[in-house]
Amino acid sequence: MIKRSSWALPYLIFMIFFVALPLVLILVYAFQDGSGNFSFENVLRFFSDSDAIATFALSLEVAIENTVLCILIGYPAAWILANKKYNRSAVTIILFILPMWINALMRTLATAELFNVLGIRLGKGTLLFGMVYDYLPFMIYPIYNVLNKMDKSFAEAAEDLGANPFQVFWKVTVPLSMPGVRSGILMVFMPTVSTFAISEFLTNGKIKLFGTIIQENINSSMWNYGAALSLIMLMIIGLTTLISGDSGKAAAGGAAI
Amino acid sequence: MDNVIIDLQHVSHSYDGKQVLDDINLQIRQGEFVTLLGPSGCGKTTTLRLIAGFLSPEEGSILLEGKNLKDVPPYKRPLNTVFQRYALFPHLDVYDNIAFGLKLQKVPSDEIDKRVRKVLKMVSMTDYEDRNVDSLSGGQQQRVAIARALVNQPKVLLLDEPLAALDLKMRKDMQIELKEMHKKLGITFIYVTHDQEEALTLSDTIVVMDRGRIQQVGTPTDIYNEPKNSFVADFIGESNILNGLMIKDRRVRFAGYEFDCVDEGFGENAPVDVVVRPEDVQIRKDQSKSMFFGTVTSCTFKGVYYQLFVNTETGYELMAQDFRQFEVGSRVGLCILPENIQVMNTERICNTFEATVVDENHVEFLSYEFECGHADLPAGSKALVTVSFGKVDLMDHQEDGMIAGEVSSILYKGDHYHITVLLDSGDYIYADTQDIWDKGDLVGVNILPQDINVARADD
Amino acid sequence: MMKKILAKAYIWLIIILLYSPLVFIAVFSFTESRVLGNWTGFSLRLYENLFSGGMQGAGSLLSAVENTLLIAVAAATVSTALGTIAAIGVHNMKGKLKNTIQFMNGIPMINPDVITGVSLFLLFVFLHFSQGYLTVILAHITFCTPYVVLSVLPKLSQMNPNIYEAALDLGATPAQALRKVMIPQLKPGMVSGFILAFTMSLDDFAVTFFTRGTIGLDTLSTYIYTDARKGGLTPELRPLMTLIFFIILILLVVINVRQPKQSKSIKG
Repeated sequence: MIKRSSWALPYLIFMIFFVALPLVLILVYAFQDGSGNFSFENVLRFFSDSDAIATFALSLEVAIENTVLCILIGYPAAWILANKKYNRSAVTIILFILPMWINALMRTLATAELFNVLGIRLGKGTLLFGMVYDYLPFMIYPIYNVLNKMDKSFAEAAEDLGANPFQVFWKVTVPLSMPGVRSGILMVFMPTVSTFAISEFLTNGKIKLFGTIIQENINSSMWNYGAALSLIMLMIIGLTTLISGDSGKAAAGGAAI
Repeated sequence: MDNVIIDLQHVSHSYDGKQVLDDINLQIRQGEFVTLLGPSGCGKTTTLRLIAGFLSPEEGSILLEGKNLKDVPPYKRPLNTVFQRYALFPHLDVYDNIAFGLKLQKVPSDEIDKRVRKVLKMVSMTDYEDRNVDSLSGGQQQRVAIARALVNQPKVLLLDEPLAALDLKMRKDMQIELKEMHKKLGITFIYVTHDQEEALTLSDTIVVMDRGRIQQVGTPTDIYNEPKNSFVADFIGESNILNGLMIKDRRVRFAGYEFDCVDEGFGENAPVDVVVRPEDVQIRKDQSKSMFFGTVTSCTFKGVYYQLFVNTETGYELMAQDFRQFEVGSRVGLCILPENIQVMNTERICNTFEATVVDENHVEFLSYEFECGHADLPAGSKALVTVSFGKVDLMDHQEDGMIAGEVSSILYKGDHYHITVLLDSGDYIYADTQDIWDKGDLVGVNILPQDINVARADD
Repeated sequence: MMKKILAKAYIWLIIILLYSPLVFIAVFSFTESRVLGNWTGFSLRLYENLFSGGMQGAGSLLSAVENTLLIAVAAATVSTALGTIAAIGVHNMKGKLKNTIQFMNGIPMINPDVITGVSLFLLFVFLHFSQGYLTVILAHITFCTPYVVLSVLPKLSQMNPNIYEAALDLGATPAQALRKVMIPQLKPGMVSGFILAFTMSLDDFAVTFFTRGTIGLDTLSTYIYTDARKGGLTPELRPLMTLIFFIILILLVVINVRQPKQSKSIKG
């Protein structure tokens, strides 16, 4: 009798080929020069390239600002949506989730066009606005999910023990909803820090983000430098995942219900 | 014994390196109602799953009518199982659940129809064939599960705690029905349960298991009246279990008194375990006919009788039953008849471990280097360490102990608790204590240097 | 009461902001003007163009839509099969290997699209694999399957652990048990996994961008990207966006109305 645990084997082999090996290749290409010899050239080049570093810093800045804005705007929205007193309709929730299903490029383009027609100059302001617009649902949804599933008796217990509504919110609801916030952060920060087409559209190509540089290098056959830049991006992603203390289940949990 | 249908020979099995079955030998006869009884984790369900074929034994063999089942997958075994929580297929209705096996065998549909209706009638579920299984009550699902297994006319019916999910009243009714079904069908039932009362009610033969071993095999009366060891005595029914000393044949000392008994052959001054059922601790109005005296510490009405706890003058606590009510604090005379004293070999009188001498003040056992008084053996040599039960200290916090473990069972011995601790290393250590612990408590274990006796291992 | 009004106002303000660009596009899909924001009277001309492929550029737009759907169906189908089998395996696993597989399963979900795209691009370059439909589909399977695994796993843990054994016990071979018992049970998880995989694939831009090679393979995303970089937005994109918006809206409403009790979650 074949053990059912071996049923995962085909997928494991698939992942070794299409997940692990490609990541190893990034590492390999990053430490090779054009003729295939081992070299630190690419990594060093990044650290001496002030433009690249500035772009890198800007990407981080935009990603952090976007994430913070999404939390500030999204948390209250998620809280209201999950609160039976204020919202009983599933339609509003669908309306918040719907944009997640529509092609991001399309939505971004629509936003950019709207700015154009309204005569708003494209720049950092529109970039941030567009990013928040693009990623807000990804922050609201996981937080809403956690809040909605949260056992109401926690809040009741806190009230019973003498907490006023304000204290209930800060001492019980917020700490318990942190897993949702964490996956929200992962789902917003990760894509924003690595975005490329979106920033071009929203700034009319004026502001380049880190993803764009990677893309430009790969497209102009500078694979080794592109790989080195990808590696640096991977470090950021790894670090973020580590800090948020989650091996990806949070992000997945938020997205895949 | 030519009518043996299932024969387990030296069956051993382990999960993740943990031994769950240790050399099981068991013969089950055609038509018998056999119950595998034991606490959770004793290996009873594993045994059932081995017979069903969901697991294959690491060692030993399982024979069905003399044929080894080794390479027979579960779907080719003429056995059927009633699962705990039923495992009915939620996407099929009652009829299709029951017909599932027959359809796979390509039985003609009119034949299927006939057989399904017959079993439905047998489990009193006629008219339910179109029902969605999720809409049935627990008891009804149970009946469908039994019908689904029986319709295939198995040679042996395996039942894995089938009544565990039902409420008490329902359980009692189903017990009677199962017993009747067994009588009518005449096939072998192998029944797994942790409920001793259920086992006593249903079975022809009870197999009591603990820690992967068979502790006792016998009829319900045998097992109740003549438990082979303190585990069986404690597990089946209520009992007073006490440390005793066999003074000579038919004379035993326990609870601070000497008694006549009917057991012999233990030798002289041999440590034994003594079991007395509470209904056998007689309370005498006429104190002149009493053998010893005690004070009633509690008296609780249990429906038919009162359950009493009596403190003897020698400081032991005994459980007794009586139809009369006694005042708490009142002095009563007690009497235990010789034939009601069950003497058993004690499994161990102290902890014994294989050890390695590290140096003259240190010895290693249970994967820990203990300081000891004085080891008169060369470093590196094998030794045998003994530690008496009373010298094993249990601590509230695992980190306060030299080694850590979890309380796995508790046996009350009248004036102290005998605690079994499963250590993180997978070994067991036993401790006698006055403190109350609960099963599952995480404890640290300490042993003082002077309490570790090191002796040469004679191999 | 005041609080309630404030709360509602907040929610609706966000909704209005979120939808204004989409509504804006939708409104201007009903006019003929090729310049966005310039209303020249109601017309269905753009819709006609979209479907007939009549206007310049609209033909390749239609084929991009076709490609997108084809790739999404292929990727979602393979992902659903691969992911379901894998989930059953993972569910019955223990220890290190299980953790390893779950960890690896998480990588494509966490990895930014750019990294997934670049890394797969390097893989295909390394293997001298000529890039086109096949590489795009393989790449999409890579990032879609994790979502299927994660949709099926909860269904497995909700399932009575003895169901599979019960089928074997009643005489089903493992293959029959899978077909007749497991798959019917796992169907809801597989369906939501498929839908997720399908939309992930539809949405994707970066991975397709890096793995499509140079044969001129365009999906909707890459088409939009190229189109936007050229300057103007092909006007026929407006009716397309509008249609997609309404199709998704209807789908979501149907899904949520159809199984409101089964799960409180919205996304399938």
